[in-house]
Amino acid sequence: MPQLRQKLLALYAHSPDLNSAVVSWSQYDGTGKTPVTTGDNDTPPYPSVVAAMKEGWRVIQFPQQFPAYPGMEYNTSYLRYEYILEKMEEIDGP
Amino acid sequence: MAPEHLLTSKQMAQFAADGLLRFDELIPAELNQAVYAEIGKNSVPRPTAGRPLSEAWPDSAVGRVFRLPQVQGIIHSLVGPDPLYDHHAVHTVGPHHEQGQIWHADAIIDTRMHFDIQFMYFCHDTPREMGGTMLLPGSHYRRISETDIGRYQNFLGQAATTCKGGTLIVVHHGIWHCAQPNHTDQMRYMFKLRLNPTVRQLRLWNTEDLEDPAIPGILSANHRWYGNEVRLEIVNRIKFWRFLMGDEKYDVHYWLSRLENMPENRLRAA
Repeated sequence: MPQLRQKLLALYAHSPDLNSAVVSWSQYDGTGKTPVTTGDNDTPPYPSVVAAMKEGWRVIQFPQQFPAYPGMEYNTSYLRYEYILEKMEEIDGP
Repeated sequence: MAPEHLLTSKQMAQFAADGLLRFDELIPAELNQAVYAEIGKNSVPRPTAGRPLSEAWPDSAVGRVFRLPQVQGIIHSLVGPDPLYDHHAVHTVGPHHEQGQIWHADAIIDTRMHFDIQFMYFCHDTPREMGGTMLLPGSHYRRISETDIGRYQNFLGQAATTCKGGTLIVVHHGIWHCAQPNHTDQMRYMFKLRLNPTVRQLRLWNTEDLEDPAIPGILSANHRWYGNEVRLEIVNRIKFWRFLMGDEKYDVHYWLSRLENMPENRLRAA
């Protein structure tokens, strides 16, 4: 009987605009069908978050925006515009 | 130190922007072979952390690599004379190891402007199917702790180290990197060495080209993967360049000058 598994796609956008270019990306595949690792592609799977949505990916996390803490206005750390998307895919279950 | 062995100001600006410098086939083949044999036998002695590098490896091929005049010039330019040995590691990726290491920066969050360097020495040819170390240019100012960045997999501008034997890369301690899969039948090696400065890192390189008009452009590089934060990256490079130059007024394209303009002089009454 078919069962559903979750596939996650993390897209990091140039800006908070979901139409802006993807600058970093990760995939985690709950079906186990797609082997992924670091550095396995130099081209993003979609040019923007909206482009991924058009292919059926559902946005499940939106990055919140916070003002910089005083004194940390120029500090940089993690990528700020992280969108998590999902697709559910059927597998042939036991 | 002979000036021809020191880094130039343009190379230092490149280091400030990218967090790394690459020297292809710098180490002679005879030494590469000797080091390959040495690390293959796991026979590189482990010096004491915090002792002068000059005391390390008096009798080994690895020691000869880091005593080459060209390598001494790189060391002097970045961390000055008599740096301290921090640690070394012989990194290996076995044959047909299909999984890449997760992205990380070494050590932990480091808030210093002073910086350590790490050498990545590839003593044998490293084609893409063998790896090598993936580096993310421009990532060195980001404040993260080791594998905090392990969620990320790919970035625009990521740079896999594919090179001929004898290639040496020197990186800022904060650079993001990860070992890449090895699809070949051969073991892959990369020798890493971290050094600490013992002097203020102030104009230690060959400064003859300090006024080169290309330097502001080099410091303004856009590596693309940080998107909208490129201007913050440039600000951090300006601050680093001020530290290296000992010039608290240095600026690129007026980015900091306008923010530092806070006049207090008052108009006189007519």
